[in-house]
Amino acid sequence: MLGSMRDGWTAPLAWVGRSAIDTAAGFGRFGSFAAGVLRAVPDVATWGRLVVQQMARLGVDSLPIALFIAAFTGIVLALQASYTFTGAMPLYFVGTLVGKTMLLELGPVLTGLALAGRVGANIAAELGTMKVTEQIDALETLAYDPLAYLVVPRVLAGLLMFPIVVAFADATGIVGGWLTALNLLDMSTPEFVRGLRLFFAPFDVRYSLIKAASFGLTVTAVGCFFGLTASGGAEGVGRATTRAVVASSMIILVLDAFWAVALL
Amino acid sequence: MSIQLIGVRKAFGDKVILDGVSLEVREGETVAIVGFSGSGKSVLLKTIVGLLRPDAGQVLVDGQAVTELPRAELYALRRRVGYVFQFAALFDSMTVAENVAMGLRRIPGMGEAEVAARVEASLRLVDLEGYGSRYPAELSGGQRKRVGLARAIATRPKYVLYDEPTTGLDPVTTAVIDRLILRLREELGVTGVVITHNLESAYRVGDRIAMLHGGVIRFAGTPEEIRRARDPLVRAFVEGRPELAEGVV
Repeated sequence: MLGSMRDGWTAPLAWVGRSAIDTAAGFGRFGSFAAGVLRAVPDVATWGRLVVQQMARLGVDSLPIALFIAAFTGIVLALQASYTFTGAMPLYFVGTLVGKTMLLELGPVLTGLALAGRVGANIAAELGTMKVTEQIDALETLAYDPLAYLVVPRVLAGLLMFPIVVAFADATGIVGGWLTALNLLDMSTPEFVRGLRLFFAPFDVRYSLIKAASFGLTVTAVGCFFGLTASGGAEGVGRATTRAVVASSMIILVLDAFWAVALL
Repeated sequence: MSIQLIGVRKAFGDKVILDGVSLEVREGETVAIVGFSGSGKSVLLKTIVGLLRPDAGQVLVDGQAVTELPRAELYALRRRVGYVFQFAALFDSMTVAENVAMGLRRIPGMGEAEVAARVEASLRLVDLEGYGSRYPAELSGGQRKRVGLARAIATRPKYVLYDEPTTGLDPVTTAVIDRLILRLREELGVTGVVITHNLESAYRVGDRIAMLHGGVIRFAGTPEEIRRARDPLVRAFVEGRPELAEGVV
């Protein structure tokens, strides 16, 4: 009787303990992976010619989805701002809210989350498939460092292209808000621009781009990590892809809070 | 110089796969390693090129301890060793020619014209001339294996390791692959290690045959010697009669 009660108490504790150990081991493996990637960076001969190709795949090809999301975010922001401010504040504050919110928060974060799904999942699935079909081993036997050949170009492309994609998304969101203000809120362009410039600071753009770069680093590095550690065939690749998207999304939100605390 | 495995031990968790394997592959010979499924043949092959690190023991290639080599020297050693994967492991996003050229692009000073010529020669050697622009998805299983073989030999390695090169192939294609392995030995003088389930293949290509069982080399000898072996477990494998191995550890 006592034994079974003890078992009833210890089982959840054992689960918590195992989870903690697994999590710590996961961080350790990621640390080792990150150290390996840093060690591979000087091997420019291997990754140099692949960066541009990855910049096109991860950045240019992601523009349509990023701009689509940004345009509708700008529209909704303008309408909600107008709804909230009516009778309380001058309508030109719509421009202020659209500009500030797109640059400081929604431009980088929504783009980051969308690309965690598009880019992170793509990388994890591609590298995971290569792993389970022994293509990673094949690279090794052909004297290629997989970290230099596969990871470094993707991470660099993410680091460089996410800020560019986010810059376009920020601009598209603001244009979306401006067109909405013009056509649905009876605002004039000078009114919208007045609001937009009211609290604008060049730092806002830098803040947006810094966040975007950190999200690009996260999405690509996490996607590569889960892809390269995939095992167990198609099911394992699916699991790795899901984990990459979930982990990237969570880290993006944590980084979002971190940058707000650190820079604002 | 040769490949030497000395007391190699490898376990995954509690499961011991290799429990002190010792084997020497002499220069110019082809050794076929046979054994039941799950006996650790592929694990053994992977330790030779450092894809897996043994828990204990030593792997020497040309006298160099594979596990102790710094990364740059390990990659230099790998340029002397071709590896043919069980399922070819071709890069899906590349054409056949690009696959075969991958190893060549790691050779310092080799220009594009030389790479192209070597790719063509390697594809000719495996009877796949004119297939360079195709993608792996457009090839049959046997053709994929031959491309894998062409990729492994493109750098003209001293050693070639074959991981079940004929598994899943029909008897005719199996014989074609076996003939290719023999041709590589004769024309390029490569030293080979062939992992196989197929005893007919092992007899055809192996100068010696080693049987891996229970984590150790249970038997090593010429094809003739393995045919005459008295060990019941070896006989069970050779004759395909599991009843002979009943009760044998």
